[in-house]
Amino acid sequence: MNAIIPPLLKIRQDFVIGLLKPILDEDALLWEPEDTIPYECDGLAAYRLMPLAVALPQTENQVIQILKICHTHQIPVVPRGAGTGLSGGAMPIENGLVLSLAKFKKIIDINPLARTAVVQPGVRNLAISEAVAKFGLYYAPDPSSQIACTIGGNVSENSGGVHCLKYGLTIHNVLRIRAILINGDVVEFGGVAPDSPGLDLFSIFIGSEGMLAVVTEVTVKLIPKPQLAKVIMASFDDIEKGGNAVASVIGAGIIPAGLEMMDQPATKAVEEFVHAGYDTDAKTILLCESDGTPEEVAEEIEKMSQVLKASGASRIQVSASESERLKFWSGRKNAFPAAGRVSPDYYCMDGTIPRRQISTLLKRIQDMEVKYQLACMNVFHAGDGNMHPLILFNGADYSEWKRAEDFGSEILETCVELGGTITGEHGVGIEKINSMCVQFSELERNLFWGIKESFDTQKLLNPDKAIPTLNRCAEYGRVRISNGVLPHPELERF
Amino acid sequence: MQSVIHQFKDQILSAISEQKVINIVGGNSKKWYGDKSKGEILSTLDYKGIIDYQPEELVITVCAGTPLKEVEAALASKNQYFPFEPPHFGDNATIGGMVAAGLAGPGRGQYGGLRDYVLGTKIMDGKSDVLSFGGKVMKNVAGYDVSRLMPGSLGTLALLLEVSIKVLPKPVRTETLKFQMTDKDAIFQMNSWASQPLPLSASAWIGENNQGELWIRLSGANAGVEAAISKLQQQFPSEVVDSSESSIFWESLREQTHSFFSDSSQALWRFAVNPLSDQFMGKEKVLIEWNGGQRWFRGNISHEEAQKMALKHQGHATLFKFSNDSSKSVFTPLSENPLTAPLEIVQQRVRQTFDPHGLFKTGRMPY
Repeated sequence: MNAIIPPLLKIRQDFVIGLLKPILDEDALLWEPEDTIPYECDGLAAYRLMPLAVALPQTENQVIQILKICHTHQIPVVPRGAGTGLSGGAMPIENGLVLSLAKFKKIIDINPLARTAVVQPGVRNLAISEAVAKFGLYYAPDPSSQIACTIGGNVSENSGGVHCLKYGLTIHNVLRIRAILINGDVVEFGGVAPDSPGLDLFSIFIGSEGMLAVVTEVTVKLIPKPQLAKVIMASFDDIEKGGNAVASVIGAGIIPAGLEMMDQPATKAVEEFVHAGYDTDAKTILLCESDGTPEEVAEEIEKMSQVLKASGASRIQVSASESERLKFWSGRKNAFPAAGRVSPDYYCMDGTIPRRQISTLLKRIQDMEVKYQLACMNVFHAGDGNMHPLILFNGADYSEWKRAEDFGSEILETCVELGGTITGEHGVGIEKINSMCVQFSELERNLFWGIKESFDTQKLLNPDKAIPTLNRCAEYGRVRISNGVLPHPELERF
Repeated sequence: MQSVIHQFKDQILSAISEQKVINIVGGNSKKWYGDKSKGEILSTLDYKGIIDYQPEELVITVCAGTPLKEVEAALASKNQYFPFEPPHFGDNATIGGMVAAGLAGPGRGQYGGLRDYVLGTKIMDGKSDVLSFGGKVMKNVAGYDVSRLMPGSLGTLALLLEVSIKVLPKPVRTETLKFQMTDKDAIFQMNSWASQPLPLSASAWIGENNQGELWIRLSGANAGVEAAISKLQQQFPSEVVDSSESSIFWESLREQTHSFFSDSSQALWRFAVNPLSDQFMGKEKVLIEWNGGQRWFRGNISHEEAQKMALKHQGHATLFKFSNDSSKSVFTPLSENPLTAPLEIVQQRVRQTFDPHGLFKTGRMPY
């Protein structure tokens, strides 16, 4: 890291600091490199840039004033939650300000009868469920980083998780957002009442990657915690049978609470690591969960088992206790760190495909392994077709990294070709900005820009992210994990 | 089908050059909904058909002019359905009209609204360009979620060509219970049960003078529904409604064929409010749905009064049917609420992005 700032940038930095100092506490404005370095990247550590300054307001009024100043003086702003995103959405820009909402940590109101919680954007995803557990309620979306990621970030990314097949994404579980436009106006999207008047700007706002406004308050929907959950672990001696079993479960009219798949390289790596009791002889295993009342779970588990057997499962185990259920899940939830143990580096893709294409994609990936001379482990949210292939490579060997990169591009292109998308839940950020040029035409991208400018005429909020300009369709990268070390290694990744 | 797209394109291009307004029409089953609209008719009826339906994908992709009943029949043949239970309001209702109106029936309270199920759209914008957004998969965060802007836009944003909608398997078992209860108790009870792990799928209270009937629908696995019935019956005396009577009842709410809706001499107001709001209509006849979130009221109250009352309960009011004053919008304008007023200009700019010539400015909803 070069701590010497070029003279012109230094002048600008002094200018920005001079404007913001009067409205923030002394420790709420950072600009010295040793203070701002933790903000140089998010969970996608391959992309780093030092910001001019980092502001950590703690009142909405401060956010309003900061945005007004930035608007008046055309200072770009990158909003930031916990910085756990995997697509570089919170990566700073060189001449801009990082606006951290980390101090907005209050749970303002919990209403168990209305099944809502009003929270500030810096409240962690899991902290909501913990706070409402005493009422038998929880907040359903469970991204893998839920212990650390914040609700403000979840709104910006439309985060999902293992259980979104049954319970939906962030958009289905948030009712109201209070936010500040770049000119300082306070606005509300959605509401506790259904169906807001006018165009549904709430839907556009969710998943807008910090480009339209800054969130200061969120009302989330809470749902009753199921009384019981059980998971089936089913083995298949053939990948195609496993892939088809996923479609058969859904086709039989069952919506499992979770439906995850792992191939043999993944189960082997995981089994050595966490001893979850996986069948390492199987070519693929499925984890299929049912939740609800004890009566519902019994009925559903029976039905699921029948379908899985009919689909050719060679072995079926049903969790006999809560601890066994968690043990079965522990393998799936530790698949990413397990990949880090068997390979110096890996990088993770996030494409989504229609369910019926799962085995087609897996076979194509097998061919690519031969073509690129690299191994790939496959773990994914099979129920919703969201794949996380982990390409194993050695980053010390540049040619391997280049092959891994090409391998990844071919996987994403195949996802689009099979009727899917380049990103199911990690977002575009800076990482997949080039792939956006593949998935969307110039006219479609222009419309995205029109929406961006409808909210932010000067394009100051998180510029150069998510929506590529014509000229910007060149650079891109992927989640690259150096020497097996992820940013936030303490987090589960699944 | 490509030729129909060419016709749409020609009509839009000539409307641009002649500075006309285009009024998009499907089956015309909901023409009474919204503000009075003007413009040259563009019919979507020739653009019809189910493009793709694989039950195991839980997604159906349909052309806008396809009759809604045809789509629902296709879903039913595979034991699937639209959980938001869209009202038809007529035999000719199309999928395009369903999306444009953005309305939902009794299932909305539990399963979410139409926009929650829209996964992707193909549209023709006000420059006659064909654009696609979203897709056929449930998880997709590439770009802004433009598809979900179409529900409720009443043909004022773009011409919907195709839409992909998530569907769900039909519940194995459905039962309805009926309780005698005051409005206050019913609002509490709907929400109290919704906060417990029970397989609720709809709720409605209908009555006047604060006295009435609470209807609760339970849907799910056999064992789950049975366990829930006995739990609810232990709490309050109630009757299990005969299945044909109950399906007629829920359909009569969805299609507004229930006697509550029949008198056309009085305006029909729809209030979308904080579900926990106390009944605010005094002793009048009221229908409460969606755990309290949607409330219907018959009476000739002023727009100002209705909107003020709705805002007080954190919501908005719509003069749904039988308006007697066409000088005012039936919808609550964004300017009514200080927290949505600044979005008026944002909304205008979004509209201009889709429709720079004001081609779809029919007046059907505030611009």
